[in-house]
Amino acid sequence: MRYVPHTEDDVRAMLQRIGVADLDALFAEVPREVYHPDGLPWPPRLSEAELRRHLEEIAARNVPLSSRPSFLGAGAYHHYIPAVVDALAARGEFLTAYTPYQPEASQGTLQVIFEFQTMVAELAGLEVANASLYDGATALVEALFMLQGGPGAAGERRRVVLSTGIHPEYRQVVRTYYAHLPYEVVELPLDARGRTDLEALAAAAREAAVFAFQSPSFYGTIEDARAVCETARAAGAEVVQVFDPIGVAVLTSPGEAGAAAAVAEGQPLGIPVQFGGPHLGLLATRERYVRRMPGRLVGRTVDLEGRPGYVLTLQTREQHIRRERATSNICTNVGLMALRATIYLAALGRRGLETLATICLQRAHHAACRIAELPGFALRYPETPFFREVAVRCPVPAAEVNRHLEARGIIGGLDLGRFDPAEERTMLLCFTEMTTPADIERLLGALAEVRAS
Amino acid sequence: MSAGVRPGQAGGAGQGPPPELASRTIFEESRPGRMAVSLPEPGVPSPGAEALLPAWARRAVPPALPEVGELQLVRHYTRLSQKNLGIDTTFYPLGSCTMKYNPRLNEQIAALPGLADIHPYQDPDQVQGALELFYELEQLLAQLTGLEAVSLQPAAGAHGELTGLMCIRAWHVSRGEAARRTRVLIPDSAHGTNPASVTLCGMEAVPVRTADNGRVHLADLERKLDERVAAFMITNPSTLGLFESELPAMAERLHAAGALVYLDGANLNAMLGVIRPGDLGVDVMHVNLHKTLSTPHGGGGPGSGPIAVRSFLEPFLPVPRIVRGEDGRLRLETDRPQSIGRVKAFLGHAGMVWRAYAYLRAHSGRDLAGVAKHAVLNANYIRVRLRDHYEVAYPGMCMHEVVLSARRQKRLGASALDIAKGLLDRGFHPPTIYFPLIVPEALMIEPTETETRETLDRFCDAMIELAELAARDPEQLRQAPRTLPVRRLDEVRAARQPVLRWRAEPAPADRPPLAEGDACAAASAGVPATR
Repeated sequence: MRYVPHTEDDVRAMLQRIGVADLDALFAEVPREVYHPDGLPWPPRLSEAELRRHLEEIAARNVPLSSRPSFLGAGAYHHYIPAVVDALAARGEFLTAYTPYQPEASQGTLQVIFEFQTMVAELAGLEVANASLYDGATALVEALFMLQGGPGAAGERRRVVLSTGIHPEYRQVVRTYYAHLPYEVVELPLDARGRTDLEALAAAAREAAVFAFQSPSFYGTIEDARAVCETARAAGAEVVQVFDPIGVAVLTSPGEAGAAAAVAEGQPLGIPVQFGGPHLGLLATRERYVRRMPGRLVGRTVDLEGRPGYVLTLQTREQHIRRERATSNICTNVGLMALRATIYLAALGRRGLETLATICLQRAHHAACRIAELPGFALRYPETPFFREVAVRCPVPAAEVNRHLEARGIIGGLDLGRFDPAEERTMLLCFTEMTTPADIERLLGALAEVRAS
Repeated sequence: MSAGVRPGQAGGAGQGPPPELASRTIFEESRPGRMAVSLPEPGVPSPGAEALLPAWARRAVPPALPEVGELQLVRHYTRLSQKNLGIDTTFYPLGSCTMKYNPRLNEQIAALPGLADIHPYQDPDQVQGALELFYELEQLLAQLTGLEAVSLQPAAGAHGELTGLMCIRAWHVSRGEAARRTRVLIPDSAHGTNPASVTLCGMEAVPVRTADNGRVHLADLERKLDERVAAFMITNPSTLGLFESELPAMAERLHAAGALVYLDGANLNAMLGVIRPGDLGVDVMHVNLHKTLSTPHGGGGPGSGPIAVRSFLEPFLPVPRIVRGEDGRLRLETDRPQSIGRVKAFLGHAGMVWRAYAYLRAHSGRDLAGVAKHAVLNANYIRVRLRDHYEVAYPGMCMHEVVLSARRQKRLGASALDIAKGLLDRGFHPPTIYFPLIVPEALMIEPTETETRETLDRFCDAMIELAELAARDPEQLRQAPRTLPVRRLDEVRAARQPVLRWRAEPAPADRPPLAEGDACAAASAGVPATR
């Protein structure tokens, strides 16, 4: 057995000490008809070398983003990951620990989470953040629950309003979670400029407990977040903003805008795209919601000798204490991803993150202006500012454009027809520090070959 | 008060930093102008953010992130890592968490560009290898669980519980029974996530008592079983480390009453490859890839909590489903009218899928059976070695973990907490304590199959020494630990005056106004929060 160290002598001596004849006797209470002493039918064991080769062969059937120019984003972003992130996150003391239940033996993990909470709160422009949630989509659900007072809490307002600028998969997740709760989930469409219609919002928010929007939106458009928050709050709804953790270095923060809570997908912060997960759910909010927050929270305190140290705190919110009355069922979160984000943000720092955001912004604008000059192409929302993603109208269906790009060795953008058939000619293109000026030229060259049929 | 790392601390830091630096945060290492990365030039003739973004879209106050050089960064987080215990450094018998060795090969595999660097929205033809691994792991988990269909979407065990309960609920809806079937029966020994998941699913958790033999109280179950029950949620082996041999009979009763059986798979390691939960009458279960299948716990995740279900529940599983077309190609199918929908963005924790698949293929069927057998062997070995020194919560053979009670030691003046802290000074991570809730002064020990007899013996020797110390000098135990970077921490203060983030100590003139009721303000008003 690959990872079991016992020798036959060990097993014999241990069985003797226990007082049973063989290993199967340890399972005496298991009904014989369901017990398989020799194991189940199974493929043959692979040696380490065979296993590596087997998985390398499978991996070789995939096309990595790093192997060719890629303009795919839409909620998972290909940014460069500095070597220090992988090197430090691979340390066994971090990698092979678990939830820091024993604080004296977990000061490393606990201090990292404390630093993480600080950085996330800073990004969001809000007061506090938790130790992470599964991903951006579930973080949005948890924020809605938190702001409405708990999953089952039914106040006078039993409506949650979601802007359609929120990632379609996030909206689907919200609908799944709310299917059996006494709330109505309503969607508020973006207007022709790809922004929230404030009049419609004022009307929709009147009976809503919470309004959620995303800026930059799924379509890349930047909202006037202050006006959105003000309008929703004036109608009596709390507001949660889905934000971009890199864009927020240059864009109005949710805190500045007046949101009560902010959530984000933290994957761009040093976490591989890795086919969609594990990623990193970020949640920040204002001080007054701390006792309603889901998940782990780390606090600073002192030890018996007055030295500073860190512990898990305010645990009476959590499932292992409060059980069916907990603020959430979350237990294991994504600690290792939070560690990666912490190291990443520390590596870039305030200036680095702002510079990176500006590079994305500049390359996206350069590319967008050039694409808009190509015959048959136009920006979907030409009047609205954007960050690193831009929706582009194509002369033919986006799927066709993508096939053409693939033939030219380019991974194209997202075909927005995937989520809305009316947008089948729109493509969402993403530009980062990984899409070099040369990549952009290749994209432009390939797009110029596309003609309306 | 001197703040320092003591010599001989965990992790072998050797020469620790000077005391005043020992607990500095990365923010205190910061100096404006430093950076630990090099970024490319934009390389395009675009103006800056001021020109590209209208004033209303621009951030006014930049985020106060630290600014450090690369070596300072590496040193800071290396030192922090040395303040941690992990499986790599220490025996870590945390009950119900299955802290087994995390194979390094699997980390290298997950880092292959063909697995780490692929996007869920790529054309399926560009990611056939990834879809193949999802498909294959589903098949392997179906075989292990004895259930027919698997979804790899849930992100952790609790997420799997919720997803499974949603499927059960959707099944009742499809039969027109959801309105009255709103109760889920849960043994009082269950993990807290079980009742919390039930609430999230809009149902009511009803506890079932534990009998004197540590198993589900059959009469109590019978009493609570009526037409309002949607499901019975059971952990097997239970959190007491005991096998519920009456599960097939209980499942039969549940099914006859129109309810389903959910298995919390947290303890699957005891059954891996020798018992298929489906054979015990289970309809839905989750598998913790980060426990049973060795993906790293990461200091609190990522986990992964796939669910396996009987075929009649397959239509309710989350979308998208991975299906093989007639041409042999794999694709994602979203058109499933009865599906509960999505429970997270994209497809699930793919990074954990690669690792779990690699783990399973490193074993034969007989090897996997051996994993369960040796996990059970090790737990029983600890049980018999410690049974004269501690109360065993319930008599008889245990499965993959043994639950002791420090009740006797508590009467002498040393609680389960004190025993745990004493273990820290002896080079062991403590077991889970004060859980299950129904065992007073519980010590829940799960050694796993990857530890040597020598390690188990040293651990038992330490436990026996601690029992003797509890009788002789409990005060000494109450002072433990003394060999770690910090001694016992003031958790009451942490909760009463929460300091949940670092704050700079600004000069009085530019001190930002703090929101009313801001607990951080209280903490930084008196003593500097950084000392």
